[in-house]
Amino acid sequence: MTMVTMNDALEGSHRKGRKFGRDLAGLAVILGLAVVGYLLFPNNLALLTRMTAIALLVLSLDLVTGYCGVATLGHAALFGSGAYAAGIAAVHFGLTDPLLMLGCGILGGALAGLVCGLVILRAHGLPQLVLSIALIHLFHEFANKASSWTGGSDGLAGIAPDPLLGYFEFDLWGRTAYVFGIVLLAGVFTLLRRIVRSPFGMLCRGIKEDPIRIRAMGASPKLALMKMYAISGAVAGTGGALNAISTQVVGLDSLSFTLSAESLVMLVLGGTGSLFGALTGTIVFMFFEDIVSAANPFHWLTMVGVLLVAVVLFAPKGLYGTVVGLAMRWREARR
Amino acid sequence: MQTVFSIAVDALAYGMVLFVISIGLSVTMGLMRVVNLAHGAFAMIGGYIASYAARDLGLGYGLAVLLAVFGTIVIAVPIERLLYRRIYGAPELTQVLMTIGITFCIIGIANYAFGPTLKTIPLPPGLEGSVDLGFRSIATHRIFAILCGLSVAAALWYLIERTGFGVKLRAAVDDAAMAAALGVRTEIVYAVSFAVAVGLAALGGVVGAELLPVEPYYALRYMVTFLVVVSVGGAGSISGALIACLLLGGIDTAGRYLVPEFGEFFFYLAVIAIVCVFPRGLAGRIR
Repeated sequence: MTMVTMNDALEGSHRKGRKFGRDLAGLAVILGLAVVGYLLFPNNLALLTRMTAIALLVLSLDLVTGYCGVATLGHAALFGSGAYAAGIAAVHFGLTDPLLMLGCGILGGALAGLVCGLVILRAHGLPQLVLSIALIHLFHEFANKASSWTGGSDGLAGIAPDPLLGYFEFDLWGRTAYVFGIVLLAGVFTLLRRIVRSPFGMLCRGIKEDPIRIRAMGASPKLALMKMYAISGAVAGTGGALNAISTQVVGLDSLSFTLSAESLVMLVLGGTGSLFGALTGTIVFMFFEDIVSAANPFHWLTMVGVLLVAVVLFAPKGLYGTVVGLAMRWREARR
Repeated sequence: MQTVFSIAVDALAYGMVLFVISIGLSVTMGLMRVVNLAHGAFAMIGGYIASYAARDLGLGYGLAVLLAVFGTIVIAVPIERLLYRRIYGAPELTQVLMTIGITFCIIGIANYAFGPTLKTIPLPPGLEGSVDLGFRSIATHRIFAILCGLSVAAALWYLIERTGFGVKLRAAVDDAAMAAALGVRTEIVYAVSFAVAVGLAALGGVVGAELLPVEPYYALRYMVTFLVVVSVGGAGSISGALIACLLLGGIDTAGRYLVPEFGEFFFYLAVIAIVCVFPRGLAGRIR
């Protein structure tokens, strides 16, 4: 993981042009995959849209875990807050324009990110994990209790978004939602590539490596991490709002510990500290989940377990990190 | 008055069960610095073995408890040798993933082998019913759980403070490299304390089966609670874990009695408050 990050950093300072090329390539891969997905599974666009929303969650988790080194098992709090913010705006305030709902989701996610960041960043190591777990449960219980606003365990139903831009209706097949999601994902991805390469992104990586040194250099680790948490919250909130708009219902499961743990699994499966890794992990995990859990949910759990142990033992950099490492070794061997 | 008394008894019993299960986690976490999310899974294995022995094989309660403890150790020690050994000293994230993976596997296998239903462990006649104290009666099983917790605490205290093994254990907790340089076989200390920890988890899983029912998702449902106890108490401290168990057991039970509609809201609120004020735990040491 460190190797990949350092490699990224070196390339970032030396070859700006190539970096830009990789941005474009990444964007092209996302759009290409989106088209392939559309052609291969025209009847299962709901799954693909859900995958896009979760990809946003995993990207946002990567920002705090992969780039800042914060261990959290409660990241769904940000996702769920975005989803509920968008849903409540639509149901209780009549803001049914999808872009307005998206704005509410981003705002809700960012606010939740600030709250979570304030609490989680107070500790390190095990206490930090425990704080994040306690937070996600607290959010869950709160949403369950405030049932007049959130619908409680029945979920917040009756979200009816207007046509997108007043023109594209959210149809039964979910085509509009899918395209909307992919455009969001591509936009967020491009933005995040810029952010993680900016001086601010570098600062965050520095904090992950050695916070004391960063403080000695005159920067405030806490402030930078809080900022990153707010950005991460906005990204997760985007995912939540997308989920609320596409499924037109927000359930308590979007604020669950399970979702938090799963998103962490996806991130690590793909590889932490790399946006491509986050996307890879999400796609692989969710496809497998769809296939296997349809057969037997408990076998799925066993398989995820085995997969996790295998990744930790044999591919600690994740799928993407391992592939990149192999490619680099191959290139060096050819030289 | 009645309510206060019931809350106190239930909280005490619940806290003691928590203590028996999570003290092993606390010791191994203080010793090996491993965030072991699979600890609850070992308690669950204990519960399953005891249930199988008592219901399907018709063995007595005491025998079932023994079988559960040793069976779980037999299952867990190879896992320690093969998997845990590789993540000592690894970053927390790695440890979390590995142990959560093990937990998922155990849940899946337990469900495959025993089915998704609740498993009961039939109590012997001596532990059924209740004891009349004159003004109030207490379920005998609660008293049994409380006694178990107290004797485990006493035995552990003796083991750690008064025996040669305890000296080595404490030395390894303070500075593993130095202890090894002085001739302590830290590998063996690790293995033995892991076995003891797992055995205690199994014991707690069986004794607490009335309070924390045994089912496949047991490992995931209570994993958080055990972790919280260790983190609030401070890893590696018996007294800290005891205080944390009583405190958290009290908060949780009082919450369930007085404001049941809020679920575990106050429990987690208290956890956040405590961890924020004492980031190293109630009895944590400064590292």
